[in-house]
Amino acid sequence: MIRDKIIEALQTVKDPEIDSVSIIELGMLEEVEITSNDVLLKLLPTFMGCPALDIIKNNVVKAVLSIDGIEKVDVKFIFHPPWTSDRVTELGREKLKEFGIAPPPRHIAETGEWQADCPYCGSTYTTMENLFGPTACRSILYCKSCKNPFEAMKPVSTMM
Amino acid sequence: MGRETGEMKYELEDALKNDALRDAAVELLFQLADDDFIIAYRGSEWLGLAPHIEEDVAFSSISQDTMGHAAMFYQLLSDLCAGDPDQLAHSRPAAERKNAILLEKVNGPGTYLTEPHYDWAFAVVRNYFYAQAKKVKIESLKNSSYQPMAEAAVKINMELYYHLLHWKTWFSQLVSAGGEARTRMEAAMEKVFDELEGLFSMGSQAEEFTKHNLIDSEEALRTKWMQMMSPVFESLNLEMPDQFSMMSGNGRNGEHTADLQTALDTLGEVYKSDPAASW
Repeated sequence: MIRDKIIEALQTVKDPEIDSVSIIELGMLEEVEITSNDVLLKLLPTFMGCPALDIIKNNVVKAVLSIDGIEKVDVKFIFHPPWTSDRVTELGREKLKEFGIAPPPRHIAETGEWQADCPYCGSTYTTMENLFGPTACRSILYCKSCKNPFEAMKPVSTMM
Repeated sequence: MGRETGEMKYELEDALKNDALRDAAVELLFQLADDDFIIAYRGSEWLGLAPHIEEDVAFSSISQDTMGHAAMFYQLLSDLCAGDPDQLAHSRPAAERKNAILLEKVNGPGTYLTEPHYDWAFAVVRNYFYAQAKKVKIESLKNSSYQPMAEAAVKINMELYYHLLHWKTWFSQLVSAGGEARTRMEAAMEKVFDELEGLFSMGSQAEEFTKHNLIDSEEALRTKWMQMMSPVFESLNLEMPDQFSMMSGNGRNGEHTADLQTALDTLGEVYKSDPAASW
């Protein structure tokens, strides 16, 4: 199936800023439209101002064009439905941890506060240092158990 | 036409066939896009100058998100055949811009490169009041009759949540600190209230917006803003004025200060050196 081949190719397209996690694992793929030899891929941007979007787009085109029988690839970023952090797959969550980034917390308190466990030692004894981090989708935290600073992917949901 | 949910809903195709609706949506989108565009630029001028390094990280992240929102609105404009997004952002003269004057004002004396004596109190008050006004608008836009705008609002809302939380924290902490902090925050508030009405104004075509159910009325949005702000003001023992002003004019009608032109000249310098270049 050509569709399976496309998904397989997209597994090789990583987030340029987290190079162990694919865009599939991040839950960015919304739709694959195949018309004879042309493919249209609809992707969901994580954060709107993300400067990696153009790089991702080019890498997607390159990866999918390498499949035999596909002649044209279009990538469209759409924002409906919105990307939410619960779209990150189980495998994606594991790979984020391996990279040193805590996966997006599943629970947000009514006050809007949330906690993330340390991706290195698993401790819950962590503090929020900065809700904003080196990229739009991450926050900076500190583990008081193993004394490592770490990042967490921000939870975003339509409930906010 | 649209979806069957009681009220009329319009998709892009509907707007392209209905001139009055299209024109109203375009006008409103220019206000939203230009507001985010210029406040994001003013925010970017703070990079390296914020009170501490964590704030540099946070503020630049917020500015980046906000510029992303502007880009999203310019894209919606482009879909409505209003022009190329880059050209809309970089090439329109000041007189065609629809942003509120409050958002174009310089950060303080000096420039980014020379003697930047920027006013952090002004930055906090302007950004907090703006984030709350944007929140009120975005909540209203979620129910907009124009579906692409309603969908954009859902996406923006998730990021705006963090911005509002950030500025509210700064605002509360600086005001409750007392002393020089409170004095400077009060002075900044006075300055912001002088132009705040410009944020709520929808300009000469306001009636068209409500007629097509694109967004709630100016009055409804202003009232909602005051409702959201009241508990914060009360807890900090601050007084909310009965009325806001637009001392320097109404940006929605193309009225602007020299600050905007200077900003546009600076931020468009590279773009204008070769408008055909590929980015």
